Amino acid sequence: MDIVTEAKPETIVLKGRKVVAGRAEGEALVTSETISGWGGINERTGTVIERRHEMRGVSFAGKILVFPGAKGSSGWSAYFHMTRLNGVQPQAMIFTRMTTKIALGAVVTRVPAITELDQDPLSVIETGDWVVIDADAGTVTVTKKKSA
Amino acid sequence: MKLTDYEKAMYDGEHGRAKARAMDLLVRYGEALGAERLVETNNVAGAFNASTPSVQPIAEKGMEHVYSELNLDSDEVVEVPHMVAHTCQLITGIDNDNWELQGVDKSLVDMQRKNEKFLGRRGVNMFATCTPYQVGNVPVKGEHCAWMESSAVIYCNSVLGARTNVEGKESTGAAALTGRIPYWGFHITENRRGTHLVELDIEVDDMMDWGLLGYYIGEVIGEDIPVLKGTSHQPDLVKLKHFGAAAASSGGVEMYHIPGITPEADTIEEAFGGRKVKDTFRYGAAERREAYEKLQSATEKKVDFIMLGCPHNSIDQVALIAHMLENRKIHPDVQLWVHTPRAIKQVAERNGYLDAIKEAGGVVMSDTCPAISRRLPQGTRVIATDSAKQAHYLPAITGVEGWFGSVRDCVDAALTGQWNGRA
Repeated sequence: MDIVTEAKPETIVLKGRKVVAGRAEGEALVTSETISGWGGINERTGTVIERRHEMRGVSFAGKILVFPGAKGSSGWSAYFHMTRLNGVQPQAMIFTRMTTKIALGAVVTRVPAITELDQDPLSVIETGDWVVIDADAGTVTVTKKKSA
Repeated sequence: MKLTDYEKAMYDGEHGRAKARAMDLLVRYGEALGAERLVETNNVAGAFNASTPSVQPIAEKGMEHVYSELNLDSDEVVEVPHMVAHTCQLITGIDNDNWELQGVDKSLVDMQRKNEKFLGRRGVNMFATCTPYQVGNVPVKGEHCAWMESSAVIYCNSVLGARTNVEGKESTGAAALTGRIPYWGFHITENRRGTHLVELDIEVDDMMDWGLLGYYIGEVIGEDIPVLKGTSHQPDLVKLKHFGAAAASSGGVEMYHIPGITPEADTIEEAFGGRKVKDTFRYGAAERREAYEKLQSATEKKVDFIMLGCPHNSIDQVALIAHMLENRKIHPDVQLWVHTPRAIKQVAERNGYLDAIKEAGGVVMSDTCPAISRRLPQGTRVIATDSAKQAHYLPAITGVEGWFGSVRDCVDAALTGQWNGRA
């Protein structure tokens, strides 16, 4: 289903479950690939470093990170924890697959986080869209970027 | 989340600030998961060590700061009491004896040693290995644990039948002080049943066979639960250690069943426990070949560094390497590091294995590994290893080229300086 229409900016509201409380807004950074913490990101720059990752070299610092979730080592939370201490954490996390890695990681990164959305965020949200996440209300409001 | 009266008292600070902060983290984490309650645990394996440059600025303020921030996610700096659960330290970044060879700065070694003293007095047992089940922490079937380290988690769930999720630095820190962890995932019986059937068409016998099988399965099923059918040979600790580590590297496998061998299923039916089989796939010569080729990231035949012992070697593995190296010398352009838990290294020393390896020009390392420490012999460009996990991670983390093969192929490369491995 392609709900994006041309020209006019469009707003879509998704409903989901709070993982970490809070509200944030910003530009979306969307990847269809899970992210590794230990061995997958540079915790000083917030950049994905995994070889063959579609986001390799891209920083999630200050972005609304939209992704399937976590993979890899049990050091996931510790590495995202360090991004917060270094001030390069994402502003919020929207994800689709719950695991202990992503749950603990979102908690210690201390950013609003949401999952179990009623539409697939990975297909509804595109990189560059403006996203308002209100985790307590369980809503994600997406304003599509203007098409060029 | 529902808390018992005792948990509520800890949460409210009646048992001290550290436990209050630990409960705060466990409640936030449990609610994030959607867990209904916590479960008691008396077996924690975590990463409490301070051995990296990024920890140094925190450690300089005092070790309470390290535990509060990194093991409890607490802004409040709390005094750290004695652990209430049996707790051990997993692998660290520094070999306390061979740190110079690793190229570690002395100030980091001092920090790690100071931190160990702090933790040791508080009941964190310094196993310093990724394989706590080889050196005395062998949980029994059904025991609720809070473990980190993916290769240890899959061994704990599958081979021992104990129950743990992949925990993190903060959740193990909180579990050690409270004896609690969220009741979620693999703590719950229904979640432990098989999802995929893997039919083996070829013999799977030696350690390399098991590593390749694990690597193939992880890549295919990601985080699901495989059930193996048609195993030709009885595996042992070493083979399942390698199988699990490989499956947890290429995928995120945390549990598997080998009916008749692993403790939670005697039959295929019992392994699935009424759960619908998501998919069935076969593993034959072509699949084995595919896994083997995926693990090779090198083209240069001349090797610089041989890494053995990931996950940390058993005493039998150390003995085999010593035997193969007896009265021989490794190639002058090659470095050979063999990794084993410190407790096993002591046995190896008494047996004379350490001398045999040393006299051949190799080094026996403990407490760490190159993937965790990110430290290799200087100038390393091409490595060879008998570990699918290390072959998966080391090239990605450090940029070296990697060969994967049997322990014999690796020792041969150490002696000749050339890779001649075969699938």
